[in-house]
Amino acid sequence: MKSKWWLISLLVCLAVACLSPLASSSPDGLERVAEDKGFIDLAGEAPFQIIADYVFPGIGNEALATILAGLIGTLILFGMVYGLAWLLVLRKKELA
Amino acid sequence: MHIPDGFLNIATVATTCAVSAGGVGNAVRLANKKLGEKQVPLMGVLAAFIFAAQMLNFPIAGGTSGHLIGAALAAILLGPWAGVLIMSCVLIAQSLIFQDGGLLALGANIFNMGIVASFSGYYIYRLVTLLLGNGRRGTLVGGFVGAWGSVFLAAIVCAIELAVSGASPIGVVLPAMAGFHALIGIGEGLITVAVLSLVLATRADLLQLQRI
Repeated sequence: MKSKWWLISLLVCLAVACLSPLASSSPDGLERVAEDKGFIDLAGEAPFQIIADYVFPGIGNEALATILAGLIGTLILFGMVYGLAWLLVLRKKELA
Repeated sequence: MHIPDGFLNIATVATTCAVSAGGVGNAVRLANKKLGEKQVPLMGVLAAFIFAAQMLNFPIAGGTSGHLIGAALAAILLGPWAGVLIMSCVLIAQSLIFQDGGLLALGANIFNMGIVASFSGYYIYRLVTLLLGNGRRGTLVGGFVGAWGSVFLAAIVCAIELAVSGASPIGVVLPAMAGFHALIGIGEGLITVAVLSLVLATRADLLQLQRI
């Protein structure tokens, strides 16, 4: 089981993502400063939206939509960085 | 602290993009040279954790929230260049898929939360462990101070970019950003210490991996 520590860790990360509906919806530090100091209106719309603002589109229940966005993102990031790191290690072996 | 598009002017966008592209390129080059098989799953898990934890905004004073950046944690465990690599992937995914942080502002966001936060967090941590030793106490105190410093410095650099871009005068935006992020940094410090304690208790050997 020791070698599978990362699998357990990934499950913990997915559990953390499930807590996302409990997050504070107040503006974050930068948004707050932009509101207070009057430059929030400079912010432009994104040219396209996929899972905008961590809410999976087309799901009525917002908590569920947020959890789904969190789970997808967590898995994407794991796969993306694991894959990148694996490729870098693999390439090193080939070069050696 | 994800900057949306519109806050930064072209010159700042171009400069931060160029610096971040160079930084990420160097991170890839060094990782290619030094990364070992043992680090691969930890890289993936840290990226997953940082993404998930960044969704959990915690309230700070006066109707404002903050969330983990995670660069200091990644840099302490894997080294600052690995931190840059992990944070870049998180920020790219957040910008492209979740519309958090602008596309043009991606370079600035990678510079602030990737490069500045990873390096400041890592070297503050190293400084503290030099003074207190790298036992449990040094690791945890260094983790807290490094994490706090990483958020504070990233916020200051962010404020400078906003001021240079003409979004707000430096005398206004710098104290405001520094003030809120001095508080958010406490949350960053507590989460970083919690994860480091967990690693120390379960897989202390992960702290002995070669840093990149």
